[in-house]
Amino acid sequence: MSLVLRPEILGADPLLEGGLDATVILIVVVKAIIIFVLLLLSVLFYIWFMRKVIADMQNRIGPQRAGPFGILQTLADGIKLFFKEQSEPTTADRPVYLLAPYLSIIPAFLAFAIVPIGGVVSIAGETTELQLADPAIGVLWLLMMSGIGLYGVMLAGWSSGSKYPLLGSVRASAQLLSYEAAMGLAIVGVLVHTGTLSTRGIVDQQSWTGVGSIFSDWFWLPAIGAFVIFLISATAETNHPPFDLVEAEQELVGGFHTEYTGIRFALFFLAEFMNLITMCAIAVTLFLGGPSGPGLEGLGVASDSWINTWLMPIVWFFAKLLVLLYATVWVRASLPRLRYDRLMDLGWKVLIEAAFLWAMVTGLIVVARDQGWNLWIVTPAAAIGALLIYLLLMACVPRREEVEEWR
Amino acid sequence: MGRLGGFRVTLRQVFKPKVTGRYPKEKRPKPERFHGRHVLNRYEDGMEKCIGCELCAGVCPARCIYVRGADNPHDDPVSPGERYGFVYEINYLRCIHCDLCVEACPTEAITETKLFEFSFSNREDAIYTKRELLVGDDGRARRQPWELWLGGEDDDTSAWMRATAPSGLEAYEGRVAWSGELGFGVREPERGQQAPPAIEAGPGRSGDEESAAHS
Repeated sequence: MSLVLRPEILGADPLLEGGLDATVILIVVVKAIIIFVLLLLSVLFYIWFMRKVIADMQNRIGPQRAGPFGILQTLADGIKLFFKEQSEPTTADRPVYLLAPYLSIIPAFLAFAIVPIGGVVSIAGETTELQLADPAIGVLWLLMMSGIGLYGVMLAGWSSGSKYPLLGSVRASAQLLSYEAAMGLAIVGVLVHTGTLSTRGIVDQQSWTGVGSIFSDWFWLPAIGAFVIFLISATAETNHPPFDLVEAEQELVGGFHTEYTGIRFALFFLAEFMNLITMCAIAVTLFLGGPSGPGLEGLGVASDSWINTWLMPIVWFFAKLLVLLYATVWVRASLPRLRYDRLMDLGWKVLIEAAFLWAMVTGLIVVARDQGWNLWIVTPAAAIGALLIYLLLMACVPRREEVEEWR
Repeated sequence: MGRLGGFRVTLRQVFKPKVTGRYPKEKRPKPERFHGRHVLNRYEDGMEKCIGCELCAGVCPARCIYVRGADNPHDDPVSPGERYGFVYEINYLRCIHCDLCVEACPTEAITETKLFEFSFSNREDAIYTKRELLVGDDGRARRQPWELWLGGEDDDTSAWMRATAPSGLEAYEGRVAWSGELGFGVREPERGQQAPPAIEAGPGRSGDEESAAHS
């Protein structure tokens, strides 16, 4: 069987170099299934983890009845939601109303496809990367998928034929659009370093060469500004507290998913947490070296044994992911929700400019390094220039008192 | 820390002991003066204490008590004296366990046990009548199948009543001003409230200071 398929679709994976045969297709299918199950299980785990950690921070015990340490609590909730009655408002625009949950969940699944969760391994004589797809467009795939996911939220609120969901979806479209800009620009702050969009390429440039590579090769420190901006805007992008205005219970009942019940509601819920996990995974990929980390050579394990090629990169990836997930829960437990105008101010007046200027300054420094210019002059000059541009921009923005006068 | 101070606050809590317990598996001992479901007491000779005066029904803020008195039959009196509680019903869907009925009762006929783990599958069961409320011949509460008795709940019913001095005067403290009860006789005054022992998960909570202050 020979298919005419352009290998760029699945990317630069060495699996596809020798053409497609049954083994290759089987490996791709198995990888797809594993990613699917992994995401579902990680949502089950994350919700339990979140409830336990928040309980810790509120001096409670948290879920403890279902399974050991209550780890099956999410499964029980899911089963309950699955068997609940599904109601539909009579004013709903039915086809869109039914489509919206899937517009949320499918991009959430697809976005994870580009995340490298392990190293390059060989299975059944084929060499392959431990990620579903490594397209040339790389991280743009993430922006595309989160852009489509926005339609799910927006159309859900719009098609419900009810006012609170509509308000929620109006908030969602404004918030997600503004923070998507900041997030894209924050990613640019890394891309000027790497020169490639491919996630595997980005991870390869952060490979482990010693403890020093944590600070010099992993991009969190060289691109610290982009890292912080990415974390904030990704939090807003996933409707995670303190940016959960889209579904603020105190203001909007349930926000865009007010009119959804049963499994349809569960799909939104699932999509939201999957997006959060994907964002954290992308942050690990871009800034924290992805699966790179020390192997166990120091303990006498051969460097080509399965422990060092298979296991350790996966362990490192999930360890870093867990740290970021803990941070998200910590944020959820600590910060109160923003007021809506503050949210917009933060997005448009701070984060977008900061991300843009950070990318420009970084670009200048990278060019200066490549051209052999004196970095001691270029760096402060670029920083001061960026500050001046920012002040100039802010001088054009009307102050809060002036806006009040216009009303 | 300013705006980020909240992170420190939440992280600090992680290392503190938990205040909640694993409730259905591990139960904390109830305080001595806990307010739970009621019992209707009897005198040591088996006569009912209730005289059907309806003061409990009158004082009840939740209006959950329904009492009707009747004249004692001459040949087979139910209570000493003229009248007895002919009908006595408490609706536990309304009762808030405030113990005001216990305070109002002139004969200490109604007191509260420490039982609170009882639930019903229909509204009929929630209305306790004399059949459920009246103590048995051993002076203990009659245990209903839907009630979870762990033991000790009816040892010292409405203990606060036998601990506080009348009108708050110190001279009366500890002086017995109540009649005997079936199965118990004249009960001793309850003195000093012991705080429940700290739960295993979290030693050294505020309960220790309280018990030190009382003893």
